[in-house]
Amino acid sequence: MPDPILELRDVKTYFPIHRGFFIKRQAGTVKAVDGVTLSVQRGEVLGLVGESGCGKSTLARTIMQLVPTTGGTVVLEGKNLTQGSATEIRRTRRDMQMVFQDPYASLNPRMTVFATLAEPLIVHRVCPRGEVTTRVARLMETVGLAPRFMQKYPHEFSGGQRQRIAIARALALEPKVIIADEPVSALDVSIQAQILNLLAELGRKMNLSLIFIAHDLSVVKHISDRVAVMYLGKIVELGPAVDVIERPRHPYTRALVSAIPTPNPDLERTRQRIVLAGDPPSPISPPAGCAFHPRCLYAREKCRLAIPSLVADSPTREVACVRLAEI
Amino acid sequence: MSLLTVKDLRTYFHTRNGVYRAVDGVDFHLERGETLGIVGESGSGKSVTCYSIMGLVPQPPGRIESGTAMFDGVDLLHCTPREARAIRGKRVSMIFQDPMTSLNPYLRISEQLIEPLLIHEKISKADALQRGREALEAVGINDAARRIHYYPHEFSGGMRQRVMIAMALITKPELLIADEPTTALDVTVQAQILELIKKMQQELGMAVIFITHDLGVVSGLCDRVMVMYAGRIVESADTRTLFYQPKHPYTRALHRSIPSLQAKGRELFTIPGMPPDVSKPIAGCAFAPRCEFAADRCLLTDPPLAEWQPGHRQACLRVQAGEI
Ligand SMILES: Nc1ncnc2c1ncn2[C@@H]1O[C@H](COP(=O)(O)OP(=O)(O)OP(=O)(O)O)[C@@H](O)[C@H]1O
Ligand SMILES: Nc1ncnc2c1ncn2[C@@H]1O[C@H](COP(=O)(O)OP(=O)(O)OP(=O)(O)O)[C@@H](O)[C@H]1O
Ligand SMILES: [Mg+2]
Ligand SMILES: [Mg+2]
Repeated sequence: MPDPILELRDVKTYFPIHRGFFIKRQAGTVKAVDGVTLSVQRGEVLGLVGESGCGKSTLARTIMQLVPTTGGTVVLEGKNLTQGSATEIRRTRRDMQMVFQDPYASLNPRMTVFATLAEPLIVHRVCPRGEVTTRVARLMETVGLAPRFMQKYPHEFSGGQRQRIAIARALALEPKVIIADEPVSALDVSIQAQILNLLAELGRKMNLSLIFIAHDLSVVKHISDRVAVMYLGKIVELGPAVDVIERPRHPYTRALVSAIPTPNPDLERTRQRIVLAGDPPSPISPPAGCAFHPRCLYAREKCRLAIPSLVADSPTREVACVRLAEI
Repeated sequence: MSLLTVKDLRTYFHTRNGVYRAVDGVDFHLERGETLGIVGESGSGKSVTCYSIMGLVPQPPGRIESGTAMFDGVDLLHCTPREARAIRGKRVSMIFQDPMTSLNPYLRISEQLIEPLLIHEKISKADALQRGREALEAVGINDAARRIHYYPHEFSGGMRQRVMIAMALITKPELLIADEPTTALDVTVQAQILELIKKMQQELGMAVIFITHDLGVVSGLCDRVMVMYAGRIVESADTRTLFYQPKHPYTRALHRSIPSLQAKGRELFTIPGMPPDVSKPIAGCAFAPRCEFAADRCLLTDPPLAEWQPGHRQACLRVQAGEI
């Protein structure tokens, strides 16, 4: 029984590019997110993967309403956020939290861990003042940080420790949706595993939905129910995580999966990879037709003619490739 | 003679909350052309080890308490500023995890790229720019003549990271230190960059120190691997040995934590407990409180990093005694 908590319909986020220092004029548009339709179920973990620069973070920031949408709608529990007032957006912010890619930039360097974690608790009156310290200590323990570090500042922690502070801050308000933008890429595998177990457990216990952006496909496969693969602002493949990663259909997903490094020296040094030629295309002037065609092993003339839409390949899988039946 | 020999390196941070022994007695060496991986717990001192070699530890609060880092006969920790300048940034260079924070957003790539050349070599600006274009082409950036004049934000994340690599390689260093250079990149771009580092290494005969959390990357790239825990090396061996016959209990636990080797749906294996507080004296083995094999004496005796087999060092008393 589908029970979507978050629904995106044809979401577009474009950034104008300006040239000129004194007289600014628009020189083009970056179509960072270009027509994404997606729903996230209550309690679901949706993995989001794709090439650097394909628009994953922008999609996350669009959902959070941190950047203005150019088109389409973002609906959280029936409320259309793209038309919400500032107060409504502030209210929903409590239900949706984000963990950012860069733990260096997302923490205030002048605030101790205690201040960082206590702030949302106090601002949103989550608990009586007298309980704030206990709550902060518990949050720190939840993410595997010793409460004795409470009075330390971000620069006194390692990269991995800082990311755990950021995760604790997102958890402080017990949100319904967490968007985690590469939350574990700076962590060692053991702490990665702790955080992933933690997120999975929170998901189960609190029926928390999670949008999980990552480059490590083995992590995505482990934690996600479904996975969406993006290329240049569009979703090119969507389906159950294990299925997509073990049997990728879209040529880009195939290349992506073939590039996953394996922790096995003998295998790693002998296996075959699909090496993608060329650079990722520019989102300012994307190639005509399928944006992947200039680098695609299977590209034909027709791939240049029309932009393929995401169509059902099986009851659970959607793929955007015109040659799907032939490859 | 090894290209780099680090002996008894100790780097502490003196803060209001106490003295953090971030690096606490690290010994290793690196041969010319060799690739050494450094893995280990977040906060175990991997970056600080490399910052110490590069002279990048903020002082205060940081202080290098002891040790030597001999690079081709020069001790980088005790040489004159002049000697250091001739080596750092020229014969030894470093790439950082986040290209956006290490590139100046207000300067064109061209100026940042050729800066080390203008500092270290007697070269005209025109020649430096030519070298800059070649360096960009070498890292696979097409249309370098035009793009060298771009600002950092006009490149994608993967391209910026390649610009950083071009910058690090432009002086043709003998040693490249790469601190998680591909963590922020997708696997296809990562594969390109690793290929590039390997190619440059073959062409220049350069040695590489590669810090990463991705044991998959280590297995494909590194000749030898060093595992750090709480400011010390707990195991070091050639890559195959470290993956197929890890000895130290922390290395074994790290290996068991790799997500791709575990069944989906089940909870991932994690190491119980928390890393030790390196501002407190640690009696015995720092990993003992979390170690499934710990015996009483592990909590009392400081385990030395001892040779287990030729080329394979590890710091576990019980392994050394042949008990596990
Ligand atoms: N504020 C902005 N102004 C102009 N362009 C932007 C802005 N933010 C992002 N972009 C561009 O939008 C595109 C998508 O960027 P985004 O950060 O969403 O990618 P990503 O998929 O998160 O990449 P990565 O995996 O490297 O984090 C990129 O080409 C980027 O340069
Ligand atoms: N400027 C500083 N002041 C105080 N302590 C510091 C400072 N810089 C680093 N440390 C401490 O030194 C220790 C080692 O940090 P380092 O950055 O080397 O870890 P790392 O192994 O690189 O971790 P990660 O994998 O998370 O990047 C950490 O415990 C950290 O808190
Ligand atoms: Mg991003
Ligand atoms: Mg580090």
